[in-house]
Amino acid sequence: MKSPDIIVKTENLTRQFGRFTAVNQVSIRINRGEIFGFLGANGAGKTTLIRMLCGLLKPSSGEATVAGLDIKRESEKIKQKIGYMSQHFSLYNDLTVKENIEFYAGIYGLNRKQIFQKQNEISKQLQMEPYLDSRTSDLPLGLKQRLALATALLHNPPILFLDEPTSGVDPRARRSFWELIYQKAAQGTTIFVTTHFIDESEYCHRLSIMDNGRMIAIDTPESMKKRYKKKSMQEVFGFLIREKGI
Amino acid sequence: MQLNGHRIRTVARKEWYHILYDFRTLFILFLMPVVQLIMLGYALNLEIKRVDLAVLDYARSPESTHLVNTFKGSPFFHPFPYDGSAANMDHLFKTHQAHAAMIVPSDFDRQQQRENDISVQFLIDASDANRATLIQNYCNRIIAEYNQNNTMSLSSLFDLRSTIYFNPDQKSAYFFVPGIIAMILIMISTLLTSITIAREKEFGTIEQILVSPIQSQEIIIGKVLPYIALAIMEASFILLLGMIIFDVPFRGNVILLMMLTTLYIITALCLGLLISTQAKTQQIAMMMAITLTLLPTLMLSGLIFPIASMPRILQWITYLVPARYYLLIIRGIMLKGSGGGQLLEPILLLGWFTLFFFIAAIRRMNTTLER
Repeated sequence: MKSPDIIVKTENLTRQFGRFTAVNQVSIRINRGEIFGFLGANGAGKTTLIRMLCGLLKPSSGEATVAGLDIKRESEKIKQKIGYMSQHFSLYNDLTVKENIEFYAGIYGLNRKQIFQKQNEISKQLQMEPYLDSRTSDLPLGLKQRLALATALLHNPPILFLDEPTSGVDPRARRSFWELIYQKAAQGTTIFVTTHFIDESEYCHRLSIMDNGRMIAIDTPESMKKRYKKKSMQEVFGFLIREKGI
Repeated sequence: MQLNGHRIRTVARKEWYHILYDFRTLFILFLMPVVQLIMLGYALNLEIKRVDLAVLDYARSPESTHLVNTFKGSPFFHPFPYDGSAANMDHLFKTHQAHAAMIVPSDFDRQQQRENDISVQFLIDASDANRATLIQNYCNRIIAEYNQNNTMSLSSLFDLRSTIYFNPDQKSAYFFVPGIIAMILIMISTLLTSITIAREKEFGTIEQILVSPIQSQEIIIGKVLPYIALAIMEASFILLLGMIIFDVPFRGNVILLMMLTTLYIITALCLGLLISTQAKTQQIAMMMAITLTLLPTLMLSGLIFPIASMPRILQWITYLVPARYYLLIIRGIMLKGSGGGQLLEPILLLGWFTLFFFIAAIRRMNTTLER
C-alpha cells in the first residue's frame, strides 16, 4: 500500500565504514506531520542514518526517498525541502544573533525583506529582542539551542532533521525546546529526531530503537509499553537491548 | 551550473564579519610583516661593511705606508698594525680580531723598483667562503687602484670598465626586499584561508552549510573575496614599508604590479582553501600552510639562492613553487621597470597555478565530508 502521505521512506538502507557497518538494512516509513524518534546509545548508527537522509553521506546500499526525491540522484533538490540541526547547534559564536540569521537565511536564498521579517519573527517568538545584537557566544545555552532550531527552519522546510538536539542542555530548556517542536509538528512539519535520552522518547509519536546499526523495534511508545508489559520506556529499552540487542 | 550572486555575497559578508571581529588576528596580520621585513631585510645582507685587516709591515717605508693608506681610504677596510710573527697570524682569525691580513715584505721598495714580481701576501679567513670571496675581490680592486697610481708605465693592454644596470650600488636590499614581500604575501594569504574551512569543521557549522542548497563554488568564491581585499591592503602596506625602510626603487607600473600581485594572492588564497578542505583542525591547517609556503619559497624560488646554480632535480622542483614566477614579476617591475609583455611567461605560468588551485579547492570541497 503506497500512501502519498509517506514523506520519508528507506528500504534496506546500509552504510559501511571499511569493515564496520554503521547502519544495517534499515527500512522505515515516516508519515507527514509525524514526530518520529530514533532512540539508541552513542554509536548505534543514528547520526549516520540522519546524515544519509540529509545528503551529507552516501549510502553503501539500499534505497531511500525524502519528500519523494531519491537521496542518491536528487540530493540537491532535497536540500531545499529539509532543515537540519546537529548537536553542535551550528551557530557562529563570534557573530551576533542577527548576523547568524542573516547568513543562514542568505544561503537559502531569502532576500533582504524576507530576512528582516524572519529576524522580527524569531525575536518575537523566542523573546530575544534584547539579544539581537549581542554575540551568540553570550547567549544562555537553552536560548542558543532554540535559536539554532529557528535558523534551521528559516526556509520553512516540510521536513526537519534533528540530530541529538538536546544534548548538553538542562531539563527545563529541553522541555521548552520540545514545546517548539510540537508547535512545528502541529503546523504540518515532519520531524525526525534522534536522542539518547530515554525520557524524551515519550514525546515522540512513533519511535524506533536502534542498536549496533540495526533497528530492533518500531512502534508508538504506548504500544511498546503495552506489548512488552513495562511501565516506562526505560524498562522497555533495557528489555529490548537485552533480548534483541547484539 | 549557475552561480548565485546573492549566496556568494552572503558567504563573503559572513567571512568579513569573522575578520573584523578578530582584532588579535588583524593586529598580528599587520605587525608580523613589519617584524619579518625588518628582520630579514637587515639579516639577508651580503654586503661587507668593515673588514678588519691586520698589517704586518716588514718594510716600514714610505711606499708601504702609502699602500696601507690606500686600504685606509676604502670604506670596506679597517687596517691595523700587527707586530707579531707571521707564523702566528691564524691566531688573529681564531680570536676574530681580523678577517684578513696583509704581509708586506722587507724588500717591498726594492722589488718595486725592479717593477716586476712585487709580492705582497694576503691571508683571508675563509671559514665563510662567500665573505672570503668578497674580501678577495675588494683587495684586488684596491691593489689595482694602487698600481694605477704608482706605476708610470701602462702595464695593461686594455682597461676594463663595467657599468652595472638597475642596481649600481649593488645593494642587497634591492634584491631581497621584493623577495621577502613575495614570501610574506604567500605565507599570510595561505594561512588566512587555510583555517576558514577547518574552523567550520571544528565547530560543526560546515554540516549546516552543506545541507543547504549552496554550491561548493559559491562557498569558495564567497570565502576568497574578502580575503582578496584584505591581502591587497596587506600587500600595499608591505610594499610601501619596503620602499620607505630600505629605499628600494620602483621603476615600473604600479597598477600592473598590483594586478599581478592580486593574481599571486588569489593563488595563495586558493592553496589555503585547498589545505583547509584537507585538514581536520585549524592547528593542522596552519602547520600545513606554513610548511607548504615558507620553506619552498625561501629555498626554491630564487629568493636567496639562484635557481641556475641548483642541481638539475631541484631546478625542476622550482617550477612547482608559485613564488618563483612572482619573484620574476616583482623584481622585473620594481627594479627594471619591465612591462607586461616582457613578463608574459611568468604571468601565464602563475595564472595556471591560480586556476589549478581554484578548481582543486572546489572539487575537494565537494567531497570534504565524505569520511
